[in-house]
Amino acid sequence: MMTFSIRHIFRYLLSCLFLVSVLISSPVMAADDSQSLQEVSQLLIDGDFDEKSRALSRLAETSHPRTSEILQLLSDSQLYYHKKEKQLYIITEYDKGKVAKDLAGNEQVITKKRDYKKVTLNNKMRGVINRIKAELGLNADNPQQREAAVRDLLKDITPDTVTTLKARFFIEESKKVREMINIALAINDLKSSDDVLLSNAIEQLDGSLEQESRSALMTFVSTTESPQLKKQAQIVLKGIEDKVQYYGWLETFYFGLSLGSVLVLAGIGLAITFGVMGVINMAHGELIMIGAYTTYVIQLLMPDHIEWSILVAIPAAFVVSGLVGIGIERGVIRFLYGRPLETLLATFGISLILQQAVRSVFSPLNRSVETPDWMSGLIQINPVFSLTLSRLYIILFCLIVFVALLLVLKKTALGLQVRAVSQNRAMARAMGIRSNRVDALTFGLGSGVAGIAGVALSQLTNVGPNMGQAYIIDSFMVVVFGGVGNLWGTLVAGLSLGVANKVLEPWAGAVLAKVLMLIFIILFIQKRPRGLFPQRGRAAEG
Amino acid sequence: MGLLNILKNDRGGQIMLGVLLVITILVPLLNLLVPESNPLHVPTYTVTLMGKYLTLALLAVAVDLVWGYLGILTLGHGAFFALGGYAMGMYLMRQIGDRGVYGNPELPDFMVFLNWQELPWFWQGFDQFWFAAIMIMLVPGVLAFVFGWLAFRSRVSGVYLSIITQAMTYALMLAFYRNEMGFGGNNGLTDFKDLLGFSLQEDSTRITLFVLSAVALAAGYLLCRHIMNSRLGRVCIAVRDSESRARFMGYRVENVKLWIFVISAMLAGIAGALYVPQVGIINPNEFSPINSIEIVVWVAVGGRATLYGAVIGALLINYAKTYFTAELPEIWLFALGGIFVLVTLLLPKGVTGFIDKLQQRKEAQA
Amino acid sequence: MSIITALEHVVDREHVYPFLVPKQAPTLDVSHKVLLYLEGISVSFDGFKAINDLNLYINDGELRCIIGPNGAGKTTMMDIITGKTRPDCGSAWFGQTIDLLAMDEPAIAQAGIGRKFQKPTVFEELSVWENLELAMADDRDVWSIFNARLNSEQSSMLLETIELIGLQENAKMPAGRLSHGQKQWLEIGMLLMQKPRLLLVDEPVAGMTHQEMDRTAELLISLAGRHSVVVVEHDMDFVRNLAGDDRTVTVLHQGSVLSEGRMSKVQQDPKVVEVYLGE
Repeated sequence: MMTFSIRHIFRYLLSCLFLVSVLISSPVMAADDSQSLQEVSQLLIDGDFDEKSRALSRLAETSHPRTSEILQLLSDSQLYYHKKEKQLYIITEYDKGKVAKDLAGNEQVITKKRDYKKVTLNNKMRGVINRIKAELGLNADNPQQREAAVRDLLKDITPDTVTTLKARFFIEESKKVREMINIALAINDLKSSDDVLLSNAIEQLDGSLEQESRSALMTFVSTTESPQLKKQAQIVLKGIEDKVQYYGWLETFYFGLSLGSVLVLAGIGLAITFGVMGVINMAHGELIMIGAYTTYVIQLLMPDHIEWSILVAIPAAFVVSGLVGIGIERGVIRFLYGRPLETLLATFGISLILQQAVRSVFSPLNRSVETPDWMSGLIQINPVFSLTLSRLYIILFCLIVFVALLLVLKKTALGLQVRAVSQNRAMARAMGIRSNRVDALTFGLGSGVAGIAGVALSQLTNVGPNMGQAYIIDSFMVVVFGGVGNLWGTLVAGLSLGVANKVLEPWAGAVLAKVLMLIFIILFIQKRPRGLFPQRGRAAEG
Repeated sequence: MGLLNILKNDRGGQIMLGVLLVITILVPLLNLLVPESNPLHVPTYTVTLMGKYLTLALLAVAVDLVWGYLGILTLGHGAFFALGGYAMGMYLMRQIGDRGVYGNPELPDFMVFLNWQELPWFWQGFDQFWFAAIMIMLVPGVLAFVFGWLAFRSRVSGVYLSIITQAMTYALMLAFYRNEMGFGGNNGLTDFKDLLGFSLQEDSTRITLFVLSAVALAAGYLLCRHIMNSRLGRVCIAVRDSESRARFMGYRVENVKLWIFVISAMLAGIAGALYVPQVGIINPNEFSPINSIEIVVWVAVGGRATLYGAVIGALLINYAKTYFTAELPEIWLFALGGIFVLVTLLLPKGVTGFIDKLQQRKEAQA
Repeated sequence: MSIITALEHVVDREHVYPFLVPKQAPTLDVSHKVLLYLEGISVSFDGFKAINDLNLYINDGELRCIIGPNGAGKTTMMDIITGKTRPDCGSAWFGQTIDLLAMDEPAIAQAGIGRKFQKPTVFEELSVWENLELAMADDRDVWSIFNARLNSEQSSMLLETIELIGLQENAKMPAGRLSHGQKQWLEIGMLLMQKPRLLLVDEPVAGMTHQEMDRTAELLISLAGRHSVVVVEHDMDFVRNLAGDDRTVTVLHQGSVLSEGRMSKVQQDPKVVEVYLGE
């Protein structure tokens, strides 16, 4: 079978020679990393697959600092070599005019695509790469890295890895890593034919949420001949599936909460202007938009500190939107108190003016606001459930804003005056409250909160002149659904609408889910015109 | 008897309908008989534009009926307009037959594009004009009936009603954007060829549509005026000004509101049906909440509860819109927004109310 | 209703669905001489008991004065009788056959209970004539209203009423331009046009001159007999004038009846004196 050409033999000898020389000179090599890298490079360029594998193993054994980087490049197919120069290059985009970077970091522009050739891999080599990577990971200092390494190994468990894992198990200190190794070994044991071993393995996999555990169990159920074991595996599998489903629901709920938080944020400013003051502000959406644009401008002003721009933007948006709100109240709304329908029309006019103003000042196109690094990423709770950080921040932010607003209304002098004016304007004035000032400040507060909502929304969607329109109807729905004049109602309504929307989404689709929610609220208002938590009493019935 | 009696105490209406009559006779003559080189010639493009304005004026009359006389600030009348338009659009789509891009005799192009095999049930019958004509009134009417039956019975009123009417049209917009709904999704219905066998490109068809729009506006106006002249009209005003008092007098306010709302929705549907063949397209954008609010502003500018004010407002604003969006697109939204604010603050009775006031002042001085 | 009973109803051919029963109120039956029964009625708003176990009977053709300090529940009582407010418990019957709690405002109004509000509420944009026309007892369904034309009998009734309330000069004037007193009269006129069996009159003389008050008292007394009249009033002189010596006066306090009887007797009731004069 084996037919060696002269050239092959020659090459083989050459690499042996090289290996011998490496072995002899290893102390020197370890000291001289760049040289060993150079030699591995040559093998990766010229060698056959076996040679390449061996070269990689070598690299790992010498604990070369760039091992994992090179392995990663190989598995991502980003390692190329120049045909004539016989040098390795990192190419992320393989096209004419793009950049090729050699291992030392020198860049050059690709003039001819044909000059560069990818360092090819075969399956066996991929296995080797994965093994080396896993072994590197298994010996990492950080237990989380080690756990991740074991998890990587689950994909492809070979006798080799089993030995490695077993060896590791005895010296492993972290309980979590040991648990993970047990799962890996159990998956391996499922291939055996010893009933006791199998039974133990199945038991071990009980409750494991790893994808591999599930598929191993499924294969086992469909292939095993022992009815007893089959039944045992089926029960375990059922348990796992229930758990997966449970986490699925949990995830939907989490998504719903974050959507609900957005709704609450958008609606809560309206809950103040509409709920407490009875003013229909159709420009509310545009106040949100102004908040979002404030974020955008702040980021333009401090391009080097994007991380902290959000923290600056929150108070800035509050002030800007609040001032615009006070302007609207003083300029238009105060002439229209007691005429809700006229207020609605006038504020809608204002919303058109604000939209066009933004279009003229910025541009009709959407602007994107950068998300700071600390807001992206996720917390992996288990293989089937993770919390996206951005969503988590939105939920937290919403709760903070809500509590802060509650405190302002309940504990401060302004809050007291606001409530006094909203309950009985004439009496409040008689007691010396300057109701004009309170009106302006209340409206400013509601508008400022809308601005803060804009900061949050700028992290989720594009910032554009039309973004306010998208939220105004939702905001009104939330406030009306919750019961006008009731902040708690707004919170409950927003969160429950968010969750309901996400529950409907999988089988209805996003748009239809939204349509259904709207229809639901329209019907709900027929049944309970004063919302979930109505204000009761004689005054409310008038 | 009839017509003149209806307009007996309605000087504004007499003038408005008189002017409309003159225009309806003059414009086609100026288009057909005066040669193009003559400055008096009215190009067909203008005729169609005027026809479009007249349908929008009818829509404004429909809104004035419920807002001006019943105090229901509807922010969803665009939905009834659009539904009437879609009903007409469906008929026009079926009329295309095998002349579409894909040449399918049965299915409109967008359905072929979506790989649909057969016509959905709700498209059945729209190849017949009489059926489409019924649907133009029935669909908006039924929606208004169901919506109003629920809303008025549970006494949802004022701002709440406005908000849910807005939510209704918004929900419809989202729904119609979906391809699965079977109304052409984003693109809506377009590429119409002919109506009752008359090509929509022909000048004669366009002039007929213009005349029909004028007739529909006049008929709609007279119907509304007739209702408002009756005791029912006075009950409407009573309901608007003090709903609970009307109830204590034994009037079923919800029924009064419901029927006027349904009639208004049907008028809006007819307006939409006449609008679509003249602009040549209907898409979900017509449902967008801003359109519905704009109609209210036409009425507010013209003057509420006058009916002819609605017509004047619709014509004024739409002419301004055509002018501005062509000449100064940047300014248009500023102008429209400014009109919203200024009319509510300074001209609560609209242009007609302002003119009345000037006249009264003159009479007082004389 | 459970699904099963619903299905049984579908199968049962004798079953009469509620919506098939004609919506006609049963005819008024006052064979026991009592027109209005209020029994054990309570209603509370946010824990505040506006009406507390109220019992009140009005005889057919009676003129009854109801007095009571602010917050005694007079207006709430009227709200309950006319269907604006639903009580938490208790029953309210109009004659022996008509259950007021099962009806809404228009139905109650059509059954024959008219109400005049504390603050005159006339339709300001409509003329005096139109106001009276709308109030006139007639078919109230939408189609009939649309087709309504005044027949000669109705016209003469309108003319009579407008003379009675002294507004014939102002027939074409929008009601909004009337003086306060004139509006009160117009409202009484509207009430008469409704031809109610029971008139609820809330503070009819507020803002009236003494002559007008006398005329009003005269009018209300002349109405008793043909109609039952319930007058809620603060003005003691007016009530004394109205009740005379032979009519019943009811004193409400904190949502229930404090005292009931002839004016002279009520005025001497120590409980009443305490409530009105304090201690």
